[in-house]
Amino acid sequence: MEYQNELQAIHDIRRIMNKQTRFLSLSGLAGVFAGSYALIGAYIAYRMIEVNNYLDHPHDLSVKERFLVEPKVMYFILADAMMVLALSVITGIFFTWRKAKKENARVFDKTGRRALYHFAVPLATGGIFCLALLYWKAYVLLAPATLIFYGLAVFQASKYTFEEVGYMGLLQIALGLIGIFQPGYGLILWSLGFGVVHILYGLILWNKYDRKPA
Amino acid sequence: MSLHPSISLNKAFESRIRLGIMSMLMVEDWIDFNTIKEELDATDGNLASHIATLEKLEYLEVNKSFVGKKPLTTYKITALGRNEFNRHLDALEKLLRGRH
Repeated sequence: MEYQNELQAIHDIRRIMNKQTRFLSLSGLAGVFAGSYALIGAYIAYRMIEVNNYLDHPHDLSVKERFLVEPKVMYFILADAMMVLALSVITGIFFTWRKAKKENARVFDKTGRRALYHFAVPLATGGIFCLALLYWKAYVLLAPATLIFYGLAVFQASKYTFEEVGYMGLLQIALGLIGIFQPGYGLILWSLGFGVVHILYGLILWNKYDRKPA
Repeated sequence: MSLHPSISLNKAFESRIRLGIMSMLMVEDWIDFNTIKEELDATDGNLASHIATLEKLEYLEVNKSFVGKKPLTTYKITALGRNEFNRHLDALEKLLRGRH
């Protein structure tokens, strides 16, 4: 065909520009695992709150009451959340590293560093903000704040990686915003955001980009 | 079949390597020689000659510096290069669209 060269040229241009500006070694499996850890962590936190509230108010177990977090269990839940975060980060790095190796790319090439930088700024801001919430004992805002800042970080970084990641960020932000106005549902929203949404988008990414066509 | 007379493909971008160099420079400021070499899977001599051609046409500018004792050569697209490349892309697009 006469146009074969031109088609090939456009294909090359698109591939190179994409590779040059987007970090494509992110693995969907990282999301699936992070989501699973979050659900397990949330379940542990839920049981802890339930037991604690039962001991405090044995006769009043309305659902909303059960999800209200007492300051004394806060530190247990924080430790729990930190474990989830640490495991997620380690697993995420592992899968990303594995995918990069398979594709013969370096994990922290220019695009990887740029994605990480744009991810880190909102996230670090959120981390400090959450410390302030702890300091002021505004526990009720903690779960929504983690969702909002994480969502912003993901949304921001999505410009430098797969587009779908941006929608995931918007969902996390939306759940966080709901949480601000619905005290007591923090844990449920948190499980939805960090758990269900992560698994969902992890599967979408994995299905679209990771899985080798048979 | 003859090409439409208004379509002006730029001969300078006919080579796959030169097309690749320009694609990379379109989306990134200052890229070094080795990065281009790895991305395009080109040999030193081959890539150097293609870059020299683009430099002569003033489609890219060259910056030579040192990192420690190692020389580092980086490249950046010029306004002229960006213009010409965009025109080339438009021409490619028109050509493919004209098929229908």
